[in-house]
Amino acid sequence: MTEQTTTTTAPAHEAPRIVTRTGPGKFVTDTGAVFTREILLVLRDPFTLIFSLLQPLIFLGLFGPLLTGAFGGGFGASGASTADTLQWFVPGVIVMISLFGTSMTGSNLLYEIMTGSYERVLATPLDRSAILVGRALKEFAPLLVQGLIIAAVCVPFGFRFHVLPALVGLVLLGVFGVGVGALSHALALASKNREWLFWGVQQSLLFPLLILSGMMLPLEAGPSWMQTAARFNPLTYMVDAERVLFGGTFADPAVLWGAVAAAATCAVGLVVGIRATRKAV
Amino acid sequence: MIRARGLTKTFSRRKETVEAVKGIDVDVAEGELVAFLGPNGAGKSTTLRMLTSLLEPTAGEATVAGYDVVAQPAQVRARLGFIGQGNGGGFSYKVVDELHNQGRFYGLPPEVYKERAADLMAALELGGLEKRSVQSLSGGQRRRLDVALGLMNHPPLLFLDEPTTGLDPHSRANLWGHITAMRERYGMTVVLTTHYLDEADSMAERVVVIDHGEIIADAAPAVLKRRHADDTLTLVVATDDGAAVRAALPDGLGDVELTDHDGGLQVRVATTQGAETLPGVIEALRVAGITVTSASARQASLDDVFLNLTGRSLREEAAA
Repeated sequence: MTEQTTTTTAPAHEAPRIVTRTGPGKFVTDTGAVFTREILLVLRDPFTLIFSLLQPLIFLGLFGPLLTGAFGGGFGASGASTADTLQWFVPGVIVMISLFGTSMTGSNLLYEIMTGSYERVLATPLDRSAILVGRALKEFAPLLVQGLIIAAVCVPFGFRFHVLPALVGLVLLGVFGVGVGALSHALALASKNREWLFWGVQQSLLFPLLILSGMMLPLEAGPSWMQTAARFNPLTYMVDAERVLFGGTFADPAVLWGAVAAAATCAVGLVVGIRATRKAV
Repeated sequence: MIRARGLTKTFSRRKETVEAVKGIDVDVAEGELVAFLGPNGAGKSTTLRMLTSLLEPTAGEATVAGYDVVAQPAQVRARLGFIGQGNGGGFSYKVVDELHNQGRFYGLPPEVYKERAADLMAALELGGLEKRSVQSLSGGQRRRLDVALGLMNHPPLLFLDEPTTGLDPHSRANLWGHITAMRERYGMTVVLTTHYLDEADSMAERVVVIDHGEIIADAAPAVLKRRHADDTLTLVVATDDGAAVRAALPDGLGDVELTDHDGGLQVRVATTQGAETLPGVIEALRVAGITVTSASARQASLDDVFLNLTGRSLREEAAA
């Protein structure tokens, strides 16, 4: 680390010590400081994490059986069992949690812009990129916990997964989530003082992206234009990769494509987000 | 501590260009307490935001605490405390958590920020509120937390943007007491914006009057009043002979205005140093055989200064 610490002391007064750091070490510690502030909200109130699991569980409990009924036998070789449906559906639901969570990162920011605490953060010497990356990374940690809880809850109903590939799947999803979080952050900055804009854009993108990823219903049954559209949706590759990884396989092209989609989303998100953060007042 | 030259900010919205700040030159020496006074939309906050590196100037340059605000914003930010118009503490956080977060943002080691947080909470009457959420604090407590957050890095320079807006008179006085005490304690230079005339008058050692994005006056409140506004003497006399009253008044006074008053006359005289002039005026009238039934001297206010400089009353604009 090329960290430097300078100390200036003003004479005749209770020494005001000004710490200024530079270099890549500053980016890392600044990101850590922002991440710590964000994650504190979750740590201080862990029930929010559990509570946000209700929605995916409802999906699994109410939507899952309908899938089994409607597409019986369509998901596996062995017929229309709940276990087959879960094997197909659970990874999709985990992708859904990550998308819901990360795409709402910006709503917190909107609130902080309104009350003034974002301005206070901007007035500190924090690295501008670190403000964005720290916030986006915060989405990563709850996702690991939530993904594992969902997967574990489904085991008694016949869902099978392998820990190591599943963890890799969650890490991929985390990388994807950092990108989505960063985009949400940029959207919030663009919607400053126009909250409706943030929710309008977020909501009108969310469901088309989900449906066109084949997360909720298999796209094979849909018209060809939908299948074409899905090929341009990064989420499609994420869902496919998660299904393969939760199934216990590493050696599948879908995993590679998922990694590419995650990395690309992350890169685009960071570029757009950092630019927006630098520009914002 | 601050040196700004030709500081300009233009905002463009839908093809419309608004020149919010039009080339401001200002210097602030170490240890000064300066208030930027002006109506809403005059460009005070925009100027402050440029000086704190939160807003990039369209033109001009500024050196704050020894560093250029555009080229070395992080160095500038490390040396200043900024208390914005909003509340700095995140509403869902505990008071002590936010102070510690702020310490980490400034790169302070844990033992230092923990000690400073405890120290500032005690000094700013926030003791016992450590575990409370920011949301549950009163307006005055939240503002004191803002001050604590702004002082976590022990800055040599403190900026406050409309610090007392929205506070009741008691909390305003209390906050001012704290700001003054903290300034003494850390030997800080303090720059603030306000549209409260009385606040600028009583608290600031120097007032920079800003209107339409330009500095129209810059001096100590007493000097501004002496230079740009007169005190007013108001007397009631028991005669209706205006010519006799005018003849009896001593030389060297300003405009005289006479109005009927209960069979006598009300005499309004503009003058410098009203309190010192009044006894002589009463004596001169008495010598001329005119009975003075009441007399008062009113000191010029900063509003008179603003009125004379712009033709508009700041008090009325604030109320509008």
